[in-house]
Amino acid sequence: MAKNTLSSRFRKLDIDEFDENKFVDDHDEAVDNQGPDGAEIDNLIRQGDMMTAFHIALRNPPVITKNPAIKERALAIVLRVLTSFKSSDIEPAVKSLDRSGVDLLMKYIYRGFEKPSDNSSAILLQWHEKAFAVGGLGSIVRVLTARKTV
Amino acid sequence: MSLHQFLLEPITCHAWNRDRTQIAISPNNHEVHIYQKSGNQWVKSHELKEHNGHITGIDWAPKSDRIVTCGADRNAYVWSLKDGVWKPTLVILRINRAATFVKWSPLENKFAVGSGARLISVCYFESDNDWWVSKHIKKPIRSTVLSLDWHPNNVLLAAGSCDFKCRVFSAYIKEVEEKPGPTPWGSKMPFGAVLAEFGGAGGGGWVHSVSFSSSGNRLAWVSHDSTVTVVDGTKGSTPSQLKTEFLPLLSVLFISENSVVAAGHDCCPMLFRCDDGGSLTFVSKLDLPKASITRNISAMERFRNMDKRATTEDRNTALETLHQNSITQVSIYEGDQRDCRKFCTTGIDGAMTIWDFKVTDTHRHTETHTETHTETHTETHTETHTETHTHTRRHTRRHTHTHGDTHTHTETHSWSGSLISCHHIGIFLFFLK
Repeated sequence: MAKNTLSSRFRKLDIDEFDENKFVDDHDEAVDNQGPDGAEIDNLIRQGDMMTAFHIALRNPPVITKNPAIKERALAIVLRVLTSFKSSDIEPAVKSLDRSGVDLLMKYIYRGFEKPSDNSSAILLQWHEKAFAVGGLGSIVRVLTARKTV
Repeated sequence: MSLHQFLLEPITCHAWNRDRTQIAISPNNHEVHIYQKSGNQWVKSHELKEHNGHITGIDWAPKSDRIVTCGADRNAYVWSLKDGVWKPTLVILRINRAATFVKWSPLENKFAVGSGARLISVCYFESDNDWWVSKHIKKPIRSTVLSLDWHPNNVLLAAGSCDFKCRVFSAYIKEVEEKPGPTPWGSKMPFGAVLAEFGGAGGGGWVHSVSFSSSGNRLAWVSHDSTVTVVDGTKGSTPSQLKTEFLPLLSVLFISENSVVAAGHDCCPMLFRCDDGGSLTFVSKLDLPKASITRNISAMERFRNMDKRATTEDRNTALETLHQNSITQVSIYEGDQRDCRKFCTTGIDGAMTIWDFKVTDTHRHTETHTETHTETHTETHTETHTETHTHTRRHTRRHTHTHGDTHTHTETHSWSGSLISCHHIGIFLFFLK
């Protein structure tokens, strides 16, 4: 066997990075949102004001930043709010959102599906059903095609 | 509305001749088939075989009666009819990837080809050398060009591409035309200049189709993130985007200055309205599901089902829409872009359907036969004008909303034994004031 087949160091190279025609997305200069405020949300959940907690959780989504820590933190807060909802309250909460709000909610729901915990899947499926009723297939397509993800 | 099933192969693209007696289609292979209308049937009259790769675009110039085709073999041919035979002329596009789309300019002295080589080839005929020459528009296109549309002034070209953007370029060729006057999109138009760029910014999807309105002031495009966007060049450059709840649309067309028809993976054409303020609203789907009829399956049908599907049940797997698979192209059949009366759709199911569309100002109409009335649009748009009109309809519900109505008329015919089939003809009346 020839010697040059022994080394597999080349496998660690990402050849696409060296492609001169590589597509680089538009760089958004805007300062990104840092995600919802955890302490405020905790307060509201304790008080039982789920609607306000819901709306605040969906504010300031960290879509532009590439920092995974910020995204994880925001995701954890939103999932906490979503899982603390009662099933009967889900539909009015979804109805109170506008189109972009429903799209954002869908993004969080699918992110929540990625790492299922004990009882998150059941409640997330209910959220998904209600959000789908309002947003339709288009909202799911927008989750798939979005490059600015939560 | 009439559907004609050509073959079972998908129709990749189609083009009509001027008087709509002939249609050129590509059945998802290297050939173009031209069908001639004879009575109610379509008869194949010509086969254009020159390409080595799948045909990706066909356009038929109405006045000069020339066909231009482009394909995955990186070539384009201009076909002219000589002695009843279509003769091809090769056009050197100088691209190193497949061509994706081709369109004649309004004056038919040039055509533009979009390609996967991240550029647009604008070709014109050089009579000195007796051949077609191409000029490239490269910057700032970053990915495959999916769709093109010419502005009525024969110079501006809109391009939708896979880099999530829709752009307006100038394709001014000084050898074949005069300098154009200023337009709402800009006044300085050297070849290849970008006059406007929309979309992208970290969102959006591939722009599948673009369309200028008949005045050239409005530009509409559909994108893979299930959105339709319209921008009015005369009203500044903020596009009005509508996020739909449907699957992505693949083709868009202006059928009047205020109405846009789009169709795509939902297998159903949809109507959108663009009001004077430039904002876009969804009006309705133009393909209504057939009224359900209870059918008794005849013995003949049972045996046919056993033969075809190895089952005797009437398990219907057909879609409710006329087209059974995605619609890939919408084109004008009767009328022009200012006032279209009929438009045509072709799709992956190999069918070609012609749809009627009426814009009427008369608000009084009487229905003289029974109809099944279905409301297919949501009342979420705001009406700022008041109209007084009366409907007389023979059904129990009365309402006085002021926007479009859709009616379906169902007729049943029966022939040859015990087959019962049902056509439905839809006439769409829209009140646009």
